[in-house]
Amino acid sequence: MAENEEKTVVADIDRSMYDFRYEEKPEDIFKVDEGLTPEIVDEISKEKGDPEWMREFRQKSLEIYNQLEVPEWGPDISGLNMDNIVTYIRPKKKNMASDWQEVPEDIKNTFEKLGIPQAERESLAGVGAQYDSELVYHNVKDEAASLGVVYTDIESALHGPYADMIRDHFMHLVPPTDHKFAALHGAVWSGGSFVYVPKGVHLDFPLQSYFRLNAPGAGQFEHTLIIVDEGAYCHFIEGCSAPKYNVANLHAGCVELFVAKGATLRYSTIENWSKNMYNLNTKRAIVEEGGKIEWVSGSFGSHVSYLYPMSILNGEGAKCEFTSVTFAGKGQNLDTGTKVVHNAPNTSSYINTRSISKSGGISTYRSAVTVMPNAKGSKSAVSCQSLMLDDISRSDTIPAMDIRTADCDIGHEARIGRINDDVVFYLMSRGLSEEDARALIVSGFADNVGKELPLEYAVEMNNLIRLEMKGAIG
Amino acid sequence: MADICLQVESLKAEVEDKEILHGIDLTVGAGETHVIMGPNGAGKSTLGSTLMGDPRYHITGGKITFNGEDITGLTTDKIAKAGMFMSFQNPVEVPGITLSNFIKTAVENRTGQRLRAWDFKKTLEKTMSVLNMDPSYAERDLNVGFSGGEKKKAEILQLLMLKPSLAILDETDSGLDVDAVKTVSDGIDEYKKSVGGALLIITHSTRILESLHVDRTHVLVDGRIVADGDGSMVDDINENGFEKYIQK
Repeated sequence: MAENEEKTVVADIDRSMYDFRYEEKPEDIFKVDEGLTPEIVDEISKEKGDPEWMREFRQKSLEIYNQLEVPEWGPDISGLNMDNIVTYIRPKKKNMASDWQEVPEDIKNTFEKLGIPQAERESLAGVGAQYDSELVYHNVKDEAASLGVVYTDIESALHGPYADMIRDHFMHLVPPTDHKFAALHGAVWSGGSFVYVPKGVHLDFPLQSYFRLNAPGAGQFEHTLIIVDEGAYCHFIEGCSAPKYNVANLHAGCVELFVAKGATLRYSTIENWSKNMYNLNTKRAIVEEGGKIEWVSGSFGSHVSYLYPMSILNGEGAKCEFTSVTFAGKGQNLDTGTKVVHNAPNTSSYINTRSISKSGGISTYRSAVTVMPNAKGSKSAVSCQSLMLDDISRSDTIPAMDIRTADCDIGHEARIGRINDDVVFYLMSRGLSEEDARALIVSGFADNVGKELPLEYAVEMNNLIRLEMKGAIG
Repeated sequence: MADICLQVESLKAEVEDKEILHGIDLTVGAGETHVIMGPNGAGKSTLGSTLMGDPRYHITGGKITFNGEDITGLTTDKIAKAGMFMSFQNPVEVPGITLSNFIKTAVENRTGQRLRAWDFKKTLEKTMSVLNMDPSYAERDLNVGFSGGEKKKAEILQLLMLKPSLAILDETDSGLDVDAVKTVSDGIDEYKKSVGGALLIITHSTRILESLHVDRTHVLVDGRIVADGDGSMVDDINENGFEKYIQK
């Protein structure tokens, strides 16, 4: 690698550059009321061509949004301008259509390091039009369709033959009453994916939302709804390792996963939002008898994250596996973990998380495992490990357990450690630089996720770790 | 006279402000086999680690010249890239990278050239068979869950693949059964034959030396080399121990 390529810094974005500074050019100001009004929500609904029930749903969500308070228990989100939430929902057209020149330099550099082609870079940065992978997406879509699998955007699905299915599931698992940002999502959601895998269909290639990033509004309030019918199998991959840049710095997406009897869904995510982002995403799965949800999650980006994918094990013998890695660098406060509710006999959950903090980053593991009185014979094993790369970073573990039956088997282990100097010396004695040695150790630490990802994603994740580790020495 | 591979002059090193090496002089010619013997705690492993640039040991005096280059105070990776290798007494476990991928990374790093996956795989398999290693170890995480014997074989495997001009073997025979010692000795023979590099063997026993031609023997006691001799000195120590050197 040439010397000039070594100087990557995945530094933090100076957010002041990207806030919407309406005051600067008064002629550009949107004439909007403070806060979100029913009129604005109706306008969104109209633009998207919602059916009537969805229009009503949005309005109801808005009412709930206005009643709920911002959560006070997690990382500080006072940097979000909650008094003028409209700026996040309807940023000026001009900004949305921003061109490649306006994309922050560090993101461009990262694209370069990750070897992503120019056309895709522009698209991922949200500034490009159509690009090559659109074709790939269509191929995947056609191949899935030949198996009877539906893979489309939610907006189209609302009007097609699956309209009733959407209506029966949309925000039933994550109701707008869940929390303020779920309500916000209900009111202003836009874009996302709908997947339906029919009974007994085993989809042996993953569906990737990567190809769908061009969808209007995708990547901010997008909704993902996946229904895997009885005995079927599906692997869905959300995001990619390229940093996603968005002019608005609030992400409040929602993911609802329905896993029917005997079905298995694997949901993989590599998330690398730009580092000015408040990532307040809600993900939830309900698993019926003998079904299984497998979460594989890598969180690298954003300024602040609240992310706790939840699994409701609702049928006898339902299973959940949750495997994650969180990497909090300078200026990042990533509060991640998972929730599991054992709500049927003989259900099991296996949670294996790793968190890494560096350069003053804060990484918090937060989880809640609830075993209901009816969940006799259930098992839960939680293992969380943290790696702190220096003395100024922070790592916390907050595992909650609410066990309401004596007839269950619950285990929990937590470890916090540092990089062992002996290992660094050993690797360097084979010719690896200190930086490469540390990056290799960190990649190895994150291997719980790496080995669960498809190869190209695992390689990307390791590249990402390498980039994050650049400049970590002295 | 052969070219000089390693020249150590008046080397002093300390750990946590305590001087361990009190001025070591040592010259190893290219392709020569030297043995450093001495009782426990004499500073043998410290010498090996210091040569390899272990940051825990501070060089407080003297000079190390390797293949004509002053490497005193260089970082470990630069010393390794210059062609020095150390087989560790206790190789560490590194989860997340397979033995095969690690060796490939290290070789590519050393040579600066990308290896073709197929060529590399064939060479690796062949080398593993010399060491009686189960080929499945190539795909296991580096040293993770390896037995003591397999770890030592994995060290010799790296030695054979990296082809250094000087290999420091730190107690490579410790904790091995007779068969494993034989296998490791065969591996070292192979290194002498195919690479022709120099060896600096640190040991307090003589088992691994039985089948090797030793050019020079050095006895290290209390951080000083107190005696030098040829290969026959190994046999003498084998029979009579270190007493006479310690009393000196």
